[in-house]
Formats: sequence, structure tokens, C-alpha cells
Amino acid sequence: MTDAAANSPVTAMPPKQRSMWGDVWRSYRRHPGAMAGTAVFLLILLAVVFGPYIHTVDPGKLDIRAKNITMSLDHPMGTDNLGRDMLAQVLAGGRTSLAVGITAMLLSMLVGAAVGILAGYFRRIDGALMRVTDLFLALPLLPLLLVITMLFRDTLRAAIGPESGIFVLIVFIIGITSWMNTARIVRGEVLTLKEREFVLAARSIGTRNHRILTRHILPNVLSPIMVSATLGIANAIITESALSFLGLGFPSDFPTWGRLLFDGANFMTLTPSRVIWPGLAISLTVLSVNFMGDGLRDALDPRIRGR
Amino acid sequence: MLTFTIRRLLLAIPTLLAISFIIFAILDLSPGDPTSQIPLTVPPEVREHIRTSLGLDEPFIVRYLLWLKQFFINEPLNILEEWTGYTFGDGDRLRISSWATRSPVVDLIVERLPQTLWVVGMSYVVGALIAIPIGVISAYKQYSWFDQVGTFVSMIGFSVPTFFTGLLLIVIFAVNLQWLPSIYDTTLRVTDWSSFVAQIKQMIMPTMVLALYNASQISRFMRASMLDNLNQDYVRTARAKGMKEKTVVLVHVLRNSLIPVVTVIALGVPQVFGGAIITEQIFKVNGLGQLLIIGIQGADIPLVQTLTFIFAVLIVLFNLVADILYGVLDPRIRYD
Repeated sequence: MTDAAANSPVTAMPPKQRSMWGDVWRSYRRHPGAMAGTAVFLLILLAVVFGPYIHTVDPGKLDIRAKNITMSLDHPMGTDNLGRDMLAQVLAGGRTSLAVGITAMLLSMLVGAAVGILAGYFRRIDGALMRVTDLFLALPLLPLLLVITMLFRDTLRAAIGPESGIFVLIVFIIGITSWMNTARIVRGEVLTLKEREFVLAARSIGTRNHRILTRHILPNVLSPIMVSATLGIANAIITESALSFLGLGFPSDFPTWGRLLFDGANFMTLTPSRVIWPGLAISLTVLSVNFMGDGLRDALDPRIRGR
Repeated sequence: MLTFTIRRLLLAIPTLLAISFIIFAILDLSPGDPTSQIPLTVPPEVREHIRTSLGLDEPFIVRYLLWLKQFFINEPLNILEEWTGYTFGDGDRLRISSWATRSPVVDLIVERLPQTLWVVGMSYVVGALIAIPIGVISAYKQYSWFDQVGTFVSMIGFSVPTFFTGLLLIVIFAVNLQWLPSIYDTTLRVTDWSSFVAQIKQMIMPTMVLALYNASQISRFMRASMLDNLNQDYVRTARAKGMKEKTVVLVHVLRNSLIPVVTVIALGVPQVFGGAIITEQIFKVNGLGQLLIIGIQGADIPLVQTLTFIFAVLIVLFNLVADILYGVLDPRIRYD
């Protein structure tokens, strides 16, 4: 019997199979802004990951004789006041900035999705979790981030090491303060999902809660999480740059885009390129990620996708 | 509506208490020590004496309650006394004082507030004034070239961080063209026409940086809200009645579309204060944001605590304002 079912003619299937993700991809591809954003973002990602292997100048190498020069063949983005090569610094800074952005986004999505799913699914803890979310939304984030980095920076740097210490601190505080919107959106989705028939069916055959959550709820809330994730990267990159720009993020010997802007701001009149390149890098990354988020939102929205 | 307002006000009290506790605890648990800035040549007993004079030898909960009393009872009473001229009680109350300057924190804040309010307030008003017409036209002529350009520019506007636009404007207008000053001069008093022009000139850049950022966000909301309303039945009815297109769009649709936008504007006010921290730092405006940065760098804990908490109060307050405005403006929404 089962063999017969398995061997039943496949020709009955429609010639071209359409899946939901295929539809989403087709719709995403038609969004010019999203495609341009994806292309630019991939380009920046590739440049930052593989660039240092092509442009093999050490970003920390001092060359006082070649200080403050503008664009040249040796130094395509010029050098700073200590003769460090700007292109190498922008590439190295991009690695840190993107790494912070992506890790902080992952942390924030993890917390946001967990809080949202638990609050939406289990009524008992809904009230408490949502009060905590409201509380976090009412915190003045930028001042608090500044205070926390300032106060805990030295201790963590002493404990884990100068570079990983500040990385862990910044990723942690950005992740822990940006999950609230995701949690709210996910909770809303879960609240409607758990009343649907397929969840009822799953429960009626005795599926346990954690199986329902991982098997039925989680795949269905993936699309709002994905949209939040793209916007989360943009938000994390901006926040990290803002902290570094105020002189309270990464230290100066460990370049990030925000730190380069902060250091370059004092030499703006002499070498404006020191401000323009890192600023352009931040802006282009955030812009491309935001366009990707826009395209993704349109592609994942079934009411718009049909059109 | 009144019961709703009162209920929300009462609910705000535990929220604010929780936030004040979090802020106080974070600052207190931090490993930093206010005496760490003092040279090592100072003997330990003097150092201990300094700690006692700052009130650091009391247990955590005592200091927290003391700060609460100072913030919620002593400081408001002081302000009331200054306004009315009456003296309540003996008039000699312990005020929250800054460790760095030894002057009351509230006086420092009052000193810095006008600059921030001028720059931030002006930028928000300018931003809204730019955003609303753009949003209306973009939505009315959806997919036209104006809409395409407007949407693209607003996307750029809120993707490019203010610390980059600010520096870019300085490079262009202050360094290359030398039209505008790059530093905000707070000592400038407006007495005659030339000082007025100077004041306007120095306000243009900080205001425009924040205004562009706000405008790009508000115009996106405005456009979306207009689009929602333009397809509604009441718009068709108004047109069928033979009303002028101008009346339909600018009176019927615009008014209804403004409801969510007004609440978004109210919700954005505290964030603008936060964003002003960066703008003030770029243009060297000595407002609240710069006070906060100085306080953080100098480990001036009472100042930072109070200032951060004031930002939190603003957030809670404007959330409340947004909720109430929503109910007042939209009769379909009833809070009971």
C-alpha cells in the first residue's frame, strides 16, 4: 500500500512547482532597490573579507614621512596624521563594524524571537514578559549605552583581553537593548498563529509544546524575524559607530568605521578624505541593508506579493 | 478619557521607579570609582574622607532612597519656591549635587536646557514642516517621479547617520565655502540685527542635520498614512458629492492621515533628544547632550544618573502624550 503510494505517477504534478520561498525570491528579484541593495552589500562584504588579502598594507603601520597625503597610487584613500594607510584601515574597520553589526543582530533576534514566541504562546508569562519589554522600550538607550561602555570597558578589557573584551561588551549591550520591537512583532504573529487549525490539529494528536513551537510556530514567524534582522544589522552598525564616534566605543588602535570618523573629525580641514571614506562606508552599508529590508518586507507580504 | 489618563499616569509611576532603580544600580555596580581620578600621591585616609563626604560609605539602598527623595521631593520643591517666592518648610534641603562642580545638578541642567531646546525643537519643527508636504504629494502622485525621488531621498536621509551628515556639512559649508561657522557660539547674545544674523547662521547647520533626519522618517509615515486613507470609501463619497479635489485631499484625507503621524511625532521627541547628543558633540553646542558626555567622561555619577533619568522621564511622558493624543484626535478609538 505504502509502496503504491510512493510509486504513484509523478506526472500528475504540475510541470512547474512553486514554493513559497520561490515566490518570495521571484518577488524580491523584481524589486530594483532590493537588488541594488543586495549587490552593494555583497560587494562591501566581499571587499571587507577579501580586501586585506589584495591590499596587503598593515592598517597599524606608521609611516611618518608619508603622513596626511591625499589619494595616490600607493594609498588609494590617502593616509592619516601618523601615515597609516586609510584604505587598509577602512577595510579593517569594516571587518569589525560588520562583525559587530551581524553578531549584535543575531543576539537581538535570538532574544527578541524567544521573548516574542514565549509571550505569545504561553499566556501565563505573557504579562510579565511584555511588562519587561515595555520597560526596556522606556529606557533612554543611547545615554545608557554610553554609560555602560564607559563604566565596564576597562574591567572587561582587563578580564578578556583588550580587543575581545570591548567587542563582547559592545555586541552584548547593543543586542540586549534592541530586541524589543522584534519581540512585539513576533508575539503578535504568534497570538494569531496559535489559534489556527493546524496548531489545534497538532495539539489534538498529542504533540508536545516544544515540538509545536519549533515545528509549527517558528517557521511561520520567520518572515517578520527576517525583516527585523535586516533592519537590526543597520541599527547595530549605526549604534556601534555612534558609540565609537563619541569616543566611547572601540579604542583608537582598533579601527572601526565610527572610530575612524571620530579620529578623522579633528583633521577634517587638512584631509577631508579621512571623514568621507569611513562615513561613506557606513552610509552605503546601512542604505543597502535598509533597501534589502524594504524589498524583503514587500516580498514576504502576501498581500503585496501577488501584484 | 479622564479615567484612562489617570490610569496611565498611575501606571507610569512604577515604570519610572523601576527605570530609576535600573539606572541607579547600573551606575552603582560599575567598577569605576569617583576617587580613581585623584592622584596617587593623595594618602588613603584623605581618599577615604573624600568618599565619606560624597556619601559613598552608606549602603546602596540608603543612597538610592536618598536620591529618590532628592529627585522627587527636594528638587521640585526648590523649583516651586523659585517660581512662587514662597518658602516651604525650612527651605534648606539637600540637593543633588554634581561631584565635579559641586553645584546642584538641576542648576547645570537649567543652564544647558535652552541651547538644546532651541536646536532640537527647531529641527523637529522644521523637519515636520518639510516632511508633511512631501509625504502628501508623494502619496497623491504615487509612483510619479516626485514620489520615486522623495522615497529615495528619505531612504538616504534616515540611513546616513547624523554624525556623517554633520561632518559633511562642515566640510562643505564651513571649510570649503566658509559660509557658516562650524562651532555653535553659546555666548552670543542677540541684541541687534547683525548678532541675530550670526545666531541664525550658526543654527542652520545643527538644525538642518537633525531636521533632515527627522523629515525623512516623518515623510515615510506621512506617505504611508495618506496612501491608507486615499483608497477609503469616504474619499470616494466626498468626490461623488462634487467636492473640489483640493478640499478632498487637503481637508478630508490630510486631516485623517495626520492622526497617526501626530502620534509618531510625539513618540519621536525623546529620541530626538538622544540624537541631539551626537549633533551637539559635532557642532560643539553646549547643551544637555554635551553635559552628559562630560559627566560620563568625568565619572560624575549624580549628574549622569539625573540626566539619564530625565531622558527616561521624557520617554514615558511622550508615550503618554502620544496615547492621549491618539484618543483625542481619533474618535473611533475609545479607551475604557
